[in-house]
Amino acid sequence: MRRRPLRHLTFTLGAAITALLIATAALSLVYTPQDPLAMSITGRLQGPSGAHLFGTDQYGRDLLSRVMTGTITSIAVGVIAVGLGAAIGVLIGIASGYVGGWIDEAFMRLVDAIQGFPAILSALLFAAVFAPGIVISMVAIGIAFVPAFARLTRAGFLELRAREFVVAARALGARDRRLIARHILPNTLAPLIVQATTSFPVAILAEAGLAYLGLGTQPPHPSWGLMLREAQSFLSMNPWYAVFPGGAIALTVLGLNLLGDGLRDLLDPKTA
Amino acid sequence: MRRYIARRVAAFVATLFVVSVLVFVVVRVLPGDPALVIIGPEGSPEAAARLREALGLNRPILVQYGEWLSRAVRGDLGVSLQYDVPVGRLILSRLPVTVPLTLMSAALMAVTALPLGLYAARRHRRIGDYLAMVVSQIGIAIPGFWAGLLLILLFSVHLGWVQSGGFAGWSSGLWPGVRSLLLPAIALGLFQTAVLVRATRSSVLDVLREDYVRTARAKGVSELAVLAKHTLRNAMIPIVTVAGLQLAQLMAGAIILESVFALPGLGRLALGAITARDLPVVQGVTLFVASTIVLINFAVDLLYVVLDPRIRYE
Repeated sequence: MRRRPLRHLTFTLGAAITALLIATAALSLVYTPQDPLAMSITGRLQGPSGAHLFGTDQYGRDLLSRVMTGTITSIAVGVIAVGLGAAIGVLIGIASGYVGGWIDEAFMRLVDAIQGFPAILSALLFAAVFAPGIVISMVAIGIAFVPAFARLTRAGFLELRAREFVVAARALGARDRRLIARHILPNTLAPLIVQATTSFPVAILAEAGLAYLGLGTQPPHPSWGLMLREAQSFLSMNPWYAVFPGGAIALTVLGLNLLGDGLRDLLDPKTA
Repeated sequence: MRRYIARRVAAFVATLFVVSVLVFVVVRVLPGDPALVIIGPEGSPEAAARLREALGLNRPILVQYGEWLSRAVRGDLGVSLQYDVPVGRLILSRLPVTVPLTLMSAALMAVTALPLGLYAARRHRRIGDYLAMVVSQIGIAIPGFWAGLLLILLFSVHLGWVQSGGFAGWSSGLWPGVRSLLLPAIALGLFQTAVLVRATRSSVLDVLREDYVRTARAKGVSELAVLAKHTLRNAMIPIVTVAGLQLAQLMAGAIILESVFALPGLGRLALGAITARDLPVVQGVTLFVASTIVLINFAVDLLYVVLDPRIRYE
Protein backbone atom coordinates (compact mmCIF):
# COMPACT_ATOMS: atom_id res chain seq x y z
CA MET A 1 0.00 0.00 0.00
CA ARG A 2 1.40 3.40 -0.94
CA ARG A 3 1.71 5.93 1.88
CA ARG A 4 0.14 9.34 1.52
CA PRO A 5 2.98 11.90 1.62
CA LEU A 6 1.07 14.60 3.50
CA ARG A 7 0.15 12.19 6.33
CA HIS A 8 3.84 11.53 6.92
CA LEU A 9 4.87 13.99 9.66
CA THR A 10 8.60 14.10 8.86
CA PHE A 11 7.95 14.62 5.16
CA THR A 12 5.29 17.28 5.73
CA LEU A 13 7.41 19.24 8.20
CA GLY A 14 10.45 19.01 5.92
CA ALA A 15 8.41 20.03 2.88
CA ALA A 16 6.95 23.01 4.77
CA ILE A 17 10.37 24.31 5.88
CA THR A 18 11.79 23.74 2.38
CA ALA A 19 8.81 25.58 0.85
CA LEU A 20 9.51 28.47 3.24
CA LEU A 21 13.15 28.47 2.12
CA ILE A 22 12.23 28.55 -1.57
CA ALA A 23 9.59 31.22 -0.96
CA THR A 24 12.16 33.36 0.89
CA ALA A 25 14.64 32.97 -1.95
CA ALA A 26 11.98 33.88 -4.54
CA LEU A 27 10.79 36.84 -2.47
CA SER A 28 14.31 38.15 -2.02
CA LEU A 29 14.63 38.41 -5.82
CA VAL A 30 11.86 41.03 -5.91
CA TYR A 31 11.70 42.36 -2.36
CA THR A 32 13.92 42.76 0.68
CA PRO A 33 13.05 45.11 3.58
CA GLN A 34 16.14 47.16 2.70
CA ASP A 35 18.95 47.09 0.14
CA PRO A 36 21.23 44.25 1.40
CA LEU A 37 24.31 46.18 0.22
CA ALA A 38 23.31 49.64 1.52
CA MET A 39 25.64 50.80 4.30
CA SER A 40 24.93 53.18 7.17
CA ILE A 41 27.72 54.56 9.34
CA THR A 42 25.32 55.62 12.08
CA GLY A 43 23.45 52.32 12.25
CA ARG A 44 26.31 49.85 12.75
CA LEU A 45 26.07 46.64 14.83
CA GLN A 46 22.55 47.29 16.10
CA GLY A 47 20.52 44.57 17.78
CA PRO A 48 17.05 43.58 16.55
CA SER A 49 14.60 46.47 16.36
CA GLY A 50 11.46 47.55 14.51
CA ALA A 51 13.58 49.12 11.76
CA HIS A 52 15.93 46.14 11.50
CA LEU A 53 14.27 42.91 12.64
CA PHE A 54 17.58 40.98 12.69
CA GLY A 55 19.76 44.02 13.52
CA THR A 56 22.65 45.33 11.42
CA ASP A 57 26.24 44.34 10.63
CA GLN A 58 29.50 46.26 11.04
CA TYR A 59 28.71 48.40 7.97
CA GLY A 60 25.16 49.12 9.10
CA ARG A 61 23.68 46.76 6.48
CA ASP A 62 20.30 45.23 7.27
CA LEU A 63 20.87 41.63 8.42
CA LEU A 64 17.35 40.39 7.58
CA SER A 65 17.77 41.52 3.97
CA ARG A 66 21.21 39.90 3.81
CA VAL A 67 19.99 36.65 5.36
CA MET A 68 17.12 36.61 2.82
CA THR A 69 19.49 37.20 -0.11
CA GLY A 70 21.90 34.61 1.26
CA THR A 71 19.18 31.99 0.69
CA ILE A 72 19.74 32.29 -3.06
CA THR A 73 23.48 31.70 -2.68
CA SER A 74 22.85 28.58 -0.59
CA ILE A 75 20.24 27.15 -2.95
CA ALA A 76 22.33 27.93 -6.06
CA VAL A 77 25.48 26.34 -4.66
CA GLY A 78 23.48 23.37 -3.35
CA VAL A 79 21.71 22.69 -6.65
CA ILE A 80 24.80 23.11 -8.83
CA ALA A 81 27.11 21.14 -6.52
CA VAL A 82 24.69 18.23 -6.14
CA GLY A 83 23.97 18.31 -9.90
CA LEU A 84 27.68 18.23 -10.68
CA GLY A 85 28.38 15.41 -8.21
CA ALA A 86 25.38 13.44 -9.48
CA ALA A 87 26.29 13.88 -13.16
CA ILE A 88 29.91 12.78 -12.74
CA GLY A 89 29.06 10.09 -10.18
CA VAL A 90 26.28 8.55 -12.28
CA LEU A 91 28.51 8.46 -15.38
CA ILE A 92 31.29 6.73 -13.40
CA GLY A 93 28.75 4.37 -11.84
CA ILE A 94 27.31 3.44 -15.25
CA ALA A 95 30.77 2.76 -16.70
CA SER A 96 31.75 0.71 -13.65
CA GLY A 97 28.57 -1.27 -13.21
CA TYR A 98 27.70 -1.86 -16.86
CA VAL A 99 31.12 -2.47 -18.40
CA GLY A 100 32.77 -4.11 -15.36
CA GLY A 101 36.24 -5.66 -15.55
CA TRP A 102 39.32 -3.47 -15.32
CA ILE A 103 37.29 -0.33 -16.09
CA ASP A 104 35.23 -1.03 -12.95
CA GLU A 105 38.40 -1.62 -10.94
CA ALA A 106 40.06 1.59 -12.21
CA PHE A 107 36.98 3.76 -11.61
CA MET A 108 36.49 2.33 -8.13
CA ARG A 109 40.07 3.25 -7.20
CA LEU A 110 39.38 6.75 -8.53
CA VAL A 111 36.23 6.89 -6.39
CA ASP A 112 38.16 5.64 -3.32
CA ALA A 113 40.76 8.35 -3.96
CA ILE A 114 38.12 11.08 -4.35
CA GLN A 115 36.68 9.96 -1.02
CA GLY A 116 39.99 11.11 0.49
CA PHE A 117 39.08 14.67 -0.54
CA PRO A 118 36.22 16.10 1.52
CA ALA A 119 34.92 19.39 0.08
CA ILE A 120 37.13 21.44 2.36
CA LEU A 121 40.30 19.74 1.19
CA SER A 122 39.48 20.09 -2.52
CA ALA A 123 38.57 23.73 -1.89
CA LEU A 124 41.94 24.33 -0.19
CA LEU A 125 43.70 22.80 -3.16
CA PHE A 126 41.70 24.73 -5.78
CA ALA A 127 41.89 28.02 -3.85
CA ALA A 128 45.69 27.77 -3.81
CA VAL A 129 45.80 27.55 -7.59
CA PHE A 130 42.80 29.64 -8.64
CA ALA A 131 41.24 32.63 -6.87
CA PRO A 132 38.85 31.61 -4.05
CA GLY A 133 35.20 32.11 -5.01
CA ILE A 134 31.75 30.64 -5.36
CA VAL A 135 32.76 28.50 -8.37
CA ILE A 136 35.45 26.80 -6.29
CA SER A 137 32.79 26.09 -3.65
CA MET A 138 30.49 24.46 -6.18
CA VAL A 139 33.21 22.34 -7.80
CA ALA A 140 34.81 21.24 -4.51
CA ILE A 141 31.46 20.31 -2.94
CA GLY A 142 30.32 18.61 -6.15
CA ILE A 143 33.46 16.47 -6.30
CA ALA A 144 32.92 15.35 -2.71
CA PHE A 145 29.50 13.92 -3.75
CA VAL A 146 30.86 11.89 -6.68
CA PRO A 147 31.70 8.71 -4.67
CA ALA A 148 28.20 8.34 -3.18
CA PHE A 149 26.43 8.73 -6.55
CA ALA A 150 28.99 6.51 -8.34
CA ARG A 151 28.65 3.68 -5.78
CA LEU A 152 24.83 3.81 -5.78
CA THR A 153 24.62 3.76 -9.58
CA ARG A 154 27.20 0.99 -9.86
CA ALA A 155 25.35 -1.13 -7.29
CA GLY A 156 22.08 -0.65 -9.18
CA PHE A 157 23.66 -1.57 -12.52
CA LEU A 158 25.43 -4.64 -11.08
CA GLU A 159 22.12 -5.85 -9.69
CA LEU A 160 20.02 -5.12 -12.76
CA ARG A 161 22.26 -5.93 -15.72
CA ALA A 162 21.68 -9.69 -15.42
CA ARG A 163 17.93 -9.46 -14.65
CA GLU A 164 15.46 -11.11 -17.02
CA PHE A 165 13.95 -7.92 -18.43
CA VAL A 166 17.40 -6.61 -19.37
CA VAL A 167 18.47 -9.95 -20.89
CA ALA A 168 15.16 -10.08 -22.79
CA ALA A 169 15.62 -6.54 -24.13
CA ARG A 170 19.14 -7.43 -25.23
CA ALA A 171 17.88 -10.61 -26.93
CA LEU A 172 15.35 -8.48 -28.80
CA GLY A 173 18.20 -6.44 -30.23
CA ALA A 174 18.41 -3.46 -27.84
CA ARG A 175 21.81 -1.78 -27.99
CA ASP A 176 23.89 -0.76 -24.97
CA ARG A 177 22.77 2.86 -25.01
CA ARG A 178 19.09 1.88 -25.07
CA LEU A 179 19.58 -0.77 -22.40
CA ILE A 180 21.26 1.76 -20.13
CA ALA A 181 18.97 4.72 -20.76
CA ARG A 182 15.58 2.98 -21.07
CA HIS A 183 15.85 -0.18 -19.03
CA ILE A 184 18.48 0.00 -16.28
CA LEU A 185 18.95 3.67 -15.33
CA PRO A 186 15.25 4.43 -14.69
CA ASN A 187 15.17 1.51 -12.24
CA THR A 188 18.09 2.90 -10.24
CA LEU A 189 16.59 6.39 -9.92
CA ALA A 190 14.80 6.06 -6.54
CA PRO A 191 17.96 5.73 -4.40
CA LEU A 192 19.65 8.41 -6.51
CA ILE A 193 16.79 10.85 -5.84
CA VAL A 194 17.03 10.14 -2.11
CA GLN A 195 20.81 10.61 -2.28
CA ALA A 196 20.36 13.96 -4.05
CA THR A 197 17.87 15.09 -1.41
CA THR A 198 20.13 14.08 1.48
CA SER A 199 23.19 15.61 -0.26
CA PHE A 200 21.52 19.01 -0.63
CA PRO A 201 21.67 20.00 3.08
CA VAL A 202 25.24 18.69 3.26
CA ALA A 203 26.09 20.99 0.33
CA ILE A 204 24.53 23.95 2.12
CA LEU A 205 26.57 23.21 5.26
CA ALA A 206 29.72 22.84 3.17
CA GLU A 207 29.08 26.11 1.30
CA ALA A 208 28.65 27.94 4.58
CA GLY A 209 31.85 26.35 5.93
CA LEU A 210 33.89 27.28 2.87
CA ALA A 211 32.52 30.84 2.86
CA TYR A 212 33.39 31.08 6.57
CA LEU A 213 36.99 30.13 5.77
CA GLY A 214 37.14 32.70 2.96
CA LEU A 215 37.45 30.00 0.30
CA GLY A 216 33.91 30.31 -1.09
CA THR A 217 31.55 33.22 -1.71
CA GLN A 218 33.42 36.52 -1.51
CA PRO A 219 32.28 39.88 -0.07
CA PRO A 220 30.12 41.88 -0.59
CA HIS A 221 27.83 39.03 -1.77
CA PRO A 222 25.64 37.85 1.07
CA SER A 223 26.35 34.30 2.17
CA TRP A 224 25.39 32.87 5.53
CA GLY A 225 28.86 31.44 6.13
CA LEU A 226 30.51 34.72 5.18
CA MET A 227 28.22 36.60 7.57
CA LEU A 228 29.30 34.28 10.40
CA ARG A 229 32.95 34.88 9.50
CA GLU A 230 32.40 38.63 9.82
CA ALA A 231 30.21 38.26 12.93
CA GLN A 232 32.98 36.50 14.87
CA SER A 233 34.91 39.75 15.30
CA PHE A 234 31.89 41.43 16.86
CA LEU A 235 30.56 38.70 19.13
CA SER A 236 30.75 40.81 22.28
CA MET A 237 29.26 43.92 20.61
CA ASN A 238 26.32 42.34 18.77
CA PRO A 239 25.80 38.61 19.49
CA TRP A 240 22.65 38.60 17.30
CA TYR A 241 24.89 39.10 14.29
CA ALA A 242 26.09 35.50 14.73
CA VAL A 243 22.74 34.08 15.77
CA PHE A 244 20.54 34.84 12.74
CA PRO A 245 22.71 33.64 9.83
CA GLY A 246 23.60 30.48 11.80
CA GLY A 247 19.93 29.96 12.65
CA ALA A 248 19.06 30.29 8.95
CA ILE A 249 21.59 27.56 8.08
CA ALA A 250 20.34 25.27 10.86
CA LEU A 251 16.66 25.72 9.94
CA THR A 252 17.34 25.12 6.25
CA VAL A 253 19.42 22.01 6.89
CA LEU A 254 16.83 20.71 9.37
CA GLY A 255 14.03 21.15 6.83
CA LEU A 256 15.95 19.50 4.01
CA ASN A 257 17.04 16.61 6.26
CA LEU A 258 13.46 15.99 7.35
CA LEU A 259 12.34 16.13 3.71
CA GLY A 260 15.07 13.64 2.76
CA ASP A 261 14.19 11.28 5.60
CA GLY A 262 10.50 11.46 4.73
CA LEU A 263 11.20 10.89 1.03
CA ARG A 264 13.37 7.87 1.87
CA ASP A 265 10.57 6.39 3.96
CA LEU A 266 8.02 7.01 1.23
CA LEU A 267 10.18 5.65 -1.61
CA ASP A 268 11.59 2.66 0.27
CA PRO A 269 9.44 -0.38 -0.59
CA LYS A 270 10.44 -2.03 2.72
CA THR A 271 8.74 0.70 4.75
CA ALA A 272 5.91 1.54 2.34
CA MET B 1 40.96 -14.13 4.91
CA ARG B 2 44.46 -13.71 3.48
CA ARG B 3 42.98 -13.13 0.04
CA TYR B 4 40.64 -10.49 1.42
CA ILE B 5 43.50 -8.67 3.17
CA ALA B 6 45.78 -8.94 0.12
CA ARG B 7 43.00 -7.49 -2.07
CA ARG B 8 42.41 -4.62 0.34
CA VAL B 9 46.14 -3.84 0.60
CA ALA B 10 46.46 -3.77 -3.21
CA ALA B 11 43.41 -1.50 -3.47
CA PHE B 12 44.82 0.76 -0.73
CA VAL B 13 48.17 1.18 -2.53
CA ALA B 14 46.39 1.85 -5.85
CA THR B 15 44.12 4.41 -4.17
CA LEU B 16 47.11 6.22 -2.62
CA PHE B 17 48.68 6.36 -6.08
CA VAL B 18 45.51 7.94 -7.54
CA VAL B 19 45.42 10.44 -4.62
CA SER B 20 48.98 11.51 -5.45
CA VAL B 21 48.08 11.90 -9.14
CA LEU B 22 45.04 14.05 -8.29
CA VAL B 23 47.03 16.36 -5.99
CA PHE B 24 49.83 16.68 -8.53
CA VAL B 25 47.46 17.38 -11.43
CA VAL B 26 45.60 20.13 -9.54
CA VAL B 27 48.75 21.89 -8.30
CA ARG B 28 51.15 21.39 -11.20
CA VAL B 29 49.04 20.84 -14.33
CA LEU B 30 45.70 22.69 -14.00
CA PRO B 31 47.14 26.19 -13.42
CA GLY B 32 49.26 25.93 -16.58
CA ASP B 33 52.29 27.57 -15.02
CA PRO B 34 52.62 27.10 -11.24
CA ALA B 35 55.47 29.66 -11.17
CA LEU B 36 53.01 32.40 -12.16
CA VAL B 37 50.63 31.28 -9.38
CA ILE B 38 53.43 31.51 -6.82
CA ILE B 39 54.88 34.90 -7.79
CA GLY B 40 51.45 36.39 -8.58
CA PRO B 41 50.50 39.04 -11.13
CA GLU B 42 53.07 41.53 -9.79
CA GLY B 43 56.08 39.25 -10.48
CA SER B 44 58.38 39.87 -13.46
CA PRO B 45 58.85 37.32 -16.28
CA GLU B 46 62.53 36.97 -15.25
CA ALA B 47 61.56 36.09 -11.68
CA ALA B 48 59.05 33.53 -13.01
CA ALA B 49 61.75 31.99 -15.21
CA ARG B 50 64.16 31.75 -12.25
CA LEU B 51 61.48 30.15 -10.09
CA ARG B 52 60.59 27.70 -12.88
CA GLU B 53 64.26 26.69 -13.05
CA ALA B 54 64.62 26.42 -9.25
CA LEU B 55 61.49 24.27 -8.85
CA GLY B 56 62.33 22.09 -11.87
CA LEU B 57 59.15 23.11 -13.69
CA ASN B 58 60.92 23.17 -17.08
CA ARG B 59 61.24 19.39 -17.20
CA PRO B 60 58.66 17.04 -18.75
CA ILE B 61 55.59 16.69 -16.53
CA LEU B 62 55.97 12.92 -16.09
CA VAL B 63 59.56 13.36 -14.91
CA GLN B 64 58.39 16.01 -12.45
CA TYR B 65 55.67 13.69 -11.14
CA GLY B 66 58.05 10.73 -10.82
CA GLU B 67 60.57 12.77 -8.84
CA TRP B 68 57.92 14.37 -6.64
CA LEU B 69 56.32 11.00 -5.87
CA SER B 70 59.60 9.23 -5.09
CA ARG B 71 60.56 12.06 -2.71
CA ALA B 72 57.07 12.14 -1.14
CA VAL B 73 57.20 8.39 -0.47
CA ARG B 74 60.42 9.01 1.50
CA GLY B 75 58.70 11.79 3.49
CA ASP B 76 60.26 14.67 1.54
CA LEU B 77 57.36 16.97 0.57
CA GLY B 78 59.53 19.86 -0.58
CA VAL B 79 60.46 23.13 1.10
CA SER B 80 58.02 25.82 2.20
CA LEU B 81 58.46 29.03 0.18
CA GLN B 82 57.11 31.08 3.08
CA TYR B 83 59.08 29.59 6.00
CA ASP B 84 62.05 28.07 4.10
CA VAL B 85 61.83 24.83 6.12
CA PRO B 86 60.86 21.33 4.94
CA VAL B 87 57.09 20.94 4.49
CA GLY B 88 57.21 17.58 6.30
CA ARG B 89 58.66 19.26 9.39
CA LEU B 90 55.97 21.99 9.26
CA ILE B 91 53.23 19.34 9.08
CA LEU B 92 54.76 17.41 11.99
CA SER B 93 54.92 20.60 14.06
CA ARG B 94 51.14 21.14 13.59
CA LEU B 95 50.04 17.57 14.34
CA PRO B 96 50.13 18.01 18.17
CA VAL B 97 47.10 20.28 17.70
CA THR B 98 45.12 18.63 14.90
CA VAL B 99 45.51 14.99 15.99
CA PRO B 100 44.50 15.48 19.67
CA LEU B 101 41.60 17.70 18.53
CA THR B 102 40.37 14.98 16.15
CA LEU B 103 40.87 12.20 18.72
CA MET B 104 39.18 14.13 21.55
CA SER B 105 36.26 14.80 19.27
CA ALA B 106 36.10 11.13 18.25
CA ALA B 107 36.22 10.06 21.91
CA LEU B 108 33.39 12.46 22.81
CA MET B 109 31.47 11.13 19.81
CA ALA B 110 31.90 7.50 20.87
CA VAL B 111 31.04 7.94 24.55
CA THR B 112 27.95 10.01 23.74
CA ALA B 113 26.61 8.46 20.56
CA LEU B 114 26.84 4.75 21.36
CA PRO B 115 24.90 4.85 24.68
CA LEU B 116 22.37 7.33 23.26
CA GLY B 117 21.80 5.26 20.11
CA LEU B 118 21.49 2.08 22.17
CA TYR B 119 19.06 3.80 24.54
CA ALA B 120 16.93 5.09 21.62
CA ALA B 121 16.79 1.59 20.08
CA ARG B 122 15.78 0.02 23.39
CA ARG B 123 13.06 2.66 23.78
CA HIS B 124 11.89 2.30 20.17
CA ARG B 125 8.82 4.45 19.42
CA ARG B 126 8.65 5.68 23.00
CA ILE B 127 9.30 9.17 24.33
CA GLY B 128 13.04 8.54 24.95
CA ASP B 129 13.51 7.40 21.35
CA TYR B 130 11.68 10.42 19.92
CA LEU B 131 13.67 12.76 22.17
CA ALA B 132 16.98 11.23 21.09
CA MET B 133 15.95 11.53 17.44
CA VAL B 134 14.92 15.18 17.81
CA VAL B 135 18.25 15.98 19.52
CA SER B 136 20.19 14.18 16.78
CA GLN B 137 18.22 15.97 14.02
CA ILE B 138 19.15 19.30 15.62
CA GLY B 139 22.79 18.17 15.97
CA ILE B 140 22.94 17.31 12.28
CA ALA B 141 21.44 20.68 11.32
CA ILE B 142 23.88 22.85 13.30
CA PRO B 143 27.12 23.62 11.44
CA GLY B 144 30.18 22.90 13.59
CA PHE B 145 31.64 26.36 13.19
CA TRP B 146 28.38 28.00 14.27
CA ALA B 147 28.29 25.70 17.30
CA GLY B 148 31.86 26.88 17.97
CA LEU B 149 30.81 30.53 17.80
CA LEU B 150 27.85 29.89 20.12
CA LEU B 151 30.13 28.09 22.60
CA ILE B 152 32.55 31.05 22.52
CA LEU B 153 29.60 33.40 23.01
CA LEU B 154 28.39 31.45 26.06
CA PHE B 155 31.57 30.27 27.79
CA SER B 156 33.94 33.05 26.84
CA VAL B 157 31.95 36.25 26.19
CA HIS B 158 29.13 35.77 28.74
CA LEU B 159 30.54 33.49 31.45
CA GLY B 160 34.24 34.29 30.99
CA TRP B 161 35.22 30.70 31.91
CA VAL B 162 37.60 30.09 29.02
CA GLN B 163 39.55 32.05 26.45
CA SER B 164 37.84 32.53 23.10
CA GLY B 165 40.67 30.80 21.28
CA GLY B 166 44.36 30.00 21.08
CA PHE B 167 46.28 26.94 22.16
CA ALA B 168 48.11 26.70 25.50
CA GLY B 169 50.49 24.02 24.22
CA TRP B 170 51.47 20.72 25.81
CA SER B 171 54.70 21.96 27.43
CA SER B 172 52.83 23.51 30.37
CA GLY B 173 51.05 20.23 31.16
CA LEU B 174 48.19 18.07 29.96
CA TRP B 175 45.25 20.03 31.37
CA PRO B 176 45.96 23.46 29.78
CA GLY B 177 46.25 21.73 26.38
CA VAL B 178 43.09 19.68 26.88
CA ARG B 179 41.27 22.78 28.16
CA SER B 180 42.06 24.78 25.03
CA LEU B 181 40.87 21.92 22.81
CA LEU B 182 37.70 21.06 24.75
CA LEU B 183 35.25 23.55 23.20
CA PRO B 184 36.59 23.01 19.66
CA ALA B 185 36.31 19.23 20.16
CA ILE B 186 32.68 19.53 21.29
CA ALA B 187 31.79 21.81 18.36
CA LEU B 188 33.64 19.57 15.91
CA GLY B 189 32.04 16.38 17.18
CA LEU B 190 28.45 17.62 17.39
CA PHE B 191 27.46 16.78 13.81
CA GLN B 192 29.26 13.45 13.70
CA THR B 193 27.85 12.45 17.11
CA ALA B 194 24.34 13.11 15.87
CA VAL B 195 24.97 11.00 12.76
CA LEU B 196 26.44 8.16 14.83
CA VAL B 197 23.46 8.19 17.23
CA ARG B 198 21.16 7.56 14.28
CA ALA B 199 23.44 4.89 12.80
CA THR B 200 23.74 3.10 16.17
CA ARG B 201 20.00 3.21 16.76
CA SER B 202 19.16 1.88 13.32
CA SER B 203 21.82 -0.87 13.46
CA VAL B 204 20.83 -2.02 16.97
CA LEU B 205 17.13 -2.00 15.95
CA ASP B 206 17.94 -4.26 12.98
CA VAL B 207 19.76 -6.76 15.21
CA LEU B 208 17.12 -6.67 17.97
CA ARG B 209 14.60 -7.94 15.38
CA GLU B 210 16.74 -11.01 14.58
CA ASP B 211 15.56 -14.50 15.52
CA TYR B 212 18.67 -15.29 17.57
CA VAL B 213 17.96 -12.34 19.88
CA ARG B 214 14.41 -13.60 20.42
CA THR B 215 15.79 -17.09 21.06
CA ALA B 216 18.31 -15.76 23.59
CA ARG B 217 15.54 -13.90 25.41
CA ALA B 218 13.30 -16.99 25.32
CA LYS B 219 16.10 -19.01 26.90
CA GLY B 220 16.08 -16.56 29.79
CA VAL B 221 19.36 -14.79 29.02
CA SER B 222 19.52 -11.52 30.98
CA GLU B 223 18.74 -8.33 29.04
CA LEU B 224 22.26 -7.03 29.71
CA ALA B 225 23.80 -10.16 28.19
CA VAL B 226 21.41 -10.00 25.23
CA LEU B 227 22.50 -6.44 24.57
CA ALA B 228 26.23 -6.85 25.23
CA LYS B 229 26.86 -10.33 23.79
CA HIS B 230 24.23 -10.87 21.14
CA THR B 231 23.22 -7.43 19.94
CA LEU B 232 26.13 -5.01 20.19
CA ARG B 233 28.76 -7.21 18.61
CA ASN B 234 26.61 -7.86 15.56
CA ALA B 235 25.42 -4.28 15.40
CA MET B 236 29.02 -3.04 15.49
CA ILE B 237 29.80 -3.75 11.81
CA PRO B 238 27.69 -0.93 10.33
CA ILE B 239 28.48 1.26 13.34
CA VAL B 240 32.23 0.86 12.79
CA THR B 241 31.76 1.69 9.09
CA VAL B 242 29.99 4.93 9.94
CA ALA B 243 32.41 5.76 12.79
CA GLY B 244 35.40 5.19 10.48
CA LEU B 245 33.98 7.55 7.89
CA GLN B 246 33.17 10.01 10.69
CA LEU B 247 36.78 9.97 11.90
CA ALA B 248 37.91 10.97 8.41
CA GLN B 249 35.28 13.74 8.35
CA LEU B 250 36.43 14.94 11.79
CA MET B 251 39.95 15.37 10.45
CA ALA B 252 38.62 17.53 7.61
CA GLY B 253 36.24 19.40 9.93
CA ALA B 254 39.15 20.22 12.23
CA ILE B 255 40.41 22.59 9.52
CA ILE B 256 37.35 24.84 10.02
CA LEU B 257 37.27 24.60 13.81
CA GLU B 258 40.97 25.53 14.00
CA SER B 259 40.01 28.78 12.31
CA VAL B 260 37.10 29.44 14.69
CA PHE B 261 39.27 28.91 17.79
CA ALA B 262 42.56 30.25 16.34
CA LEU B 263 44.36 26.93 16.88
CA PRO B 264 47.75 26.50 15.19
CA GLY B 265 46.97 23.18 13.46
CA LEU B 266 47.17 21.77 9.95
CA GLY B 267 44.14 23.70 8.70
CA ARG B 268 45.54 27.07 9.71
CA LEU B 269 48.86 26.09 8.15
CA ALA B 270 47.12 25.36 4.83
CA LEU B 271 44.98 28.52 4.94
CA GLY B 272 48.03 30.66 5.69
CA ALA B 273 49.85 28.95 2.82
CA ILE B 274 47.05 29.88 0.40
CA THR B 275 47.35 33.54 1.34
CA ALA B 276 51.14 33.36 0.96
CA ARG B 277 50.84 31.36 -2.31
CA ASP B 278 53.03 28.69 -0.71
CA LEU B 279 52.11 25.87 -3.12
CA PRO B 280 54.47 23.20 -1.68
CA VAL B 281 52.78 23.55 1.73
CA VAL B 282 49.24 23.36 0.29
CA GLN B 283 50.30 20.39 -1.82
CA GLY B 284 51.95 18.67 1.16
CA VAL B 285 49.07 19.26 3.59
CA THR B 286 46.37 18.09 1.14
CA LEU B 287 48.40 15.01 0.21
CA PHE B 288 48.94 14.24 3.90
CA VAL B 289 45.29 14.71 4.95
CA ALA B 290 43.86 12.86 1.91
CA SER B 291 46.28 9.95 2.45
CA THR B 292 45.34 9.82 6.14
CA ILE B 293 41.65 9.66 5.25
CA VAL B 294 42.33 6.85 2.75
CA LEU B 295 44.37 5.09 5.47
CA ILE B 296 41.48 5.38 7.95
CA ASN B 297 39.07 3.90 5.37
CA PHE B 298 41.56 1.06 4.79
CA ALA B 299 41.82 0.43 8.55
CA VAL B 300 38.00 0.24 8.72
CA ASP B 301 38.05 -2.38 5.94
CA LEU B 302 40.56 -4.46 7.93
CA LEU B 303 38.53 -4.08 11.10
CA TYR B 304 35.68 -5.91 9.37
CA VAL B 305 37.82 -9.04 9.49
CA VAL B 306 37.96 -8.82 13.27
CA LEU B 307 34.28 -8.01 13.67
CA ASP B 308 32.72 -10.23 11.01
CA PRO B 309 33.79 -13.90 11.01
CA ARG B 310 32.02 -14.43 7.67
CA ILE B 311 34.83 -12.44 6.00
CA ARG B 312 37.47 -14.38 7.97
CA TYR B 313 36.27 -17.74 6.65
CA GLU B 314 35.39 -16.54 3.16
